[in-house]
Amino acid sequence: MNPALRIPAEFVAPSTEDAHLPPFFEVGSFAFGKQSLLILLSVVLIAGLFMFLIRRRAMVPSKGQYVGEMGYGLVRNHLGRDIIGEKDFRPYVPLLFSFFFFILVNNLFGSIPVLQLPTLSHPGSAYVLAAIAYVVWVGVGIKRHGLGHFMVKMTMPPDVPKFLYVILIPLEFLSNMIIRPVTHALRVFATMFAGHMAIMVAAAFMAYLATEVGGVLGIAGSGFGLVLGLFIYFLEVLIQILQAYIFTLLFAVYVQGALQEGH
Amino acid sequence: MNALVLAAEEAKSPLFPDRWEMLITFIGFVILLFIAFKFIVPAFEKVYKDRADAIEGGLAKAKAAQAEAKAARDEYNQQLESARLEAQKIREEARSEGEKILADFKDRANLESARITENAHKAIEAERAAAVVSLRDEVGTLATQLASKIVGESLNDDDRANRVVDRFLADLDAEQGRTGAAR
Repeated sequence: MNPALRIPAEFVAPSTEDAHLPPFFEVGSFAFGKQSLLILLSVVLIAGLFMFLIRRRAMVPSKGQYVGEMGYGLVRNHLGRDIIGEKDFRPYVPLLFSFFFFILVNNLFGSIPVLQLPTLSHPGSAYVLAAIAYVVWVGVGIKRHGLGHFMVKMTMPPDVPKFLYVILIPLEFLSNMIIRPVTHALRVFATMFAGHMAIMVAAAFMAYLATEVGGVLGIAGSGFGLVLGLFIYFLEVLIQILQAYIFTLLFAVYVQGALQEGH
Repeated sequence: MNALVLAAEEAKSPLFPDRWEMLITFIGFVILLFIAFKFIVPAFEKVYKDRADAIEGGLAKAKAAQAEAKAARDEYNQQLESARLEAQKIREEARSEGEKILADFKDRANLESARITENAHKAIEAERAAAVVSLRDEVGTLATQLASKIVGESLNDDDRANRVVDRFLADLDAEQGRTGAAR
């Protein structure tokens, strides 16, 4: 596939472009590629799956509905109710649900053969999700406390000697209002990107040793590459689930912080 | 912006986003959020609520049934208690009634025995009176006979006199033996 792999005796590691296949079609500057297709597919999958599982709205759940309720309940109860709080969590359940399952499914695309692309390894998607999260929790905070009081909450931690505010206000502003959304986006993007690259490297390494080096040593090395690749693959599945959870958890924590009284 | 994109494409920074991918992500996410908000979350919440209502309703029903059972048991106990009291009252009444009857019978028996005793006494008294009367008659007669016998015979003869007296006494004895046997 990658022409670089065919050049004997010289290993070229896969690069970012290998993760960006050419688009399916282009209209002007609009390019619709595999990544965009997967995003839309994920929406159809999540909505379709949950609508299907809850179709009967049965009081005594079938196995399918039970699975659906477990998934929904995880987000609603553990991320919503337990973190945002019994009183306020209800309006945020749809958003938490969408964040968690959207990111989860899109991440898991990276571990499904043929699809094999965690969509959030393309940074634009991660930026968009983090931006939505940012707008929501900042909006919620301003609506609850007013802009002035919210800014005080975000930049002036209580119980600190007054003179320290000279340093703390810019630092806290930077940390809470700028670095926080950036890391929120980069955390999920970087782990997906790195995981994708690691698997690509393992695969390229394996292919290179088997086809270009050959011989007993090459085949043995290729086997090692296979084991390494499988190990990374399962690690990646774990990280994909974990990152979806962390992104949503952090969002819930930010909302809770914005809603919190006091300070 | 365009120049920036071009520059980025030359630089190939992995951090630089594709704006079309961003747009698709945004649209896709908003669609999902809409579906979740409009259909998925209400459906699950409805199931949760139905279930909570059903459980609460069941609990209330169970509570009502329990209260009803308790009321029934209390009533039953009360009835049992009153029945027991009534039984005791009846038993008490029966006992006193029995005692009264028994005392009554005793009285009557005493009266009867007294009456019988009295009758017997009266009869004996009458017999005795009759006996005294007849004895007195007989003694008179005997004395008269004895006197006539004594007078009729010669009183010189001591032997004869003795025989007369002996005979008299023997007669008297015989008389007495007869009346004794008659008694």
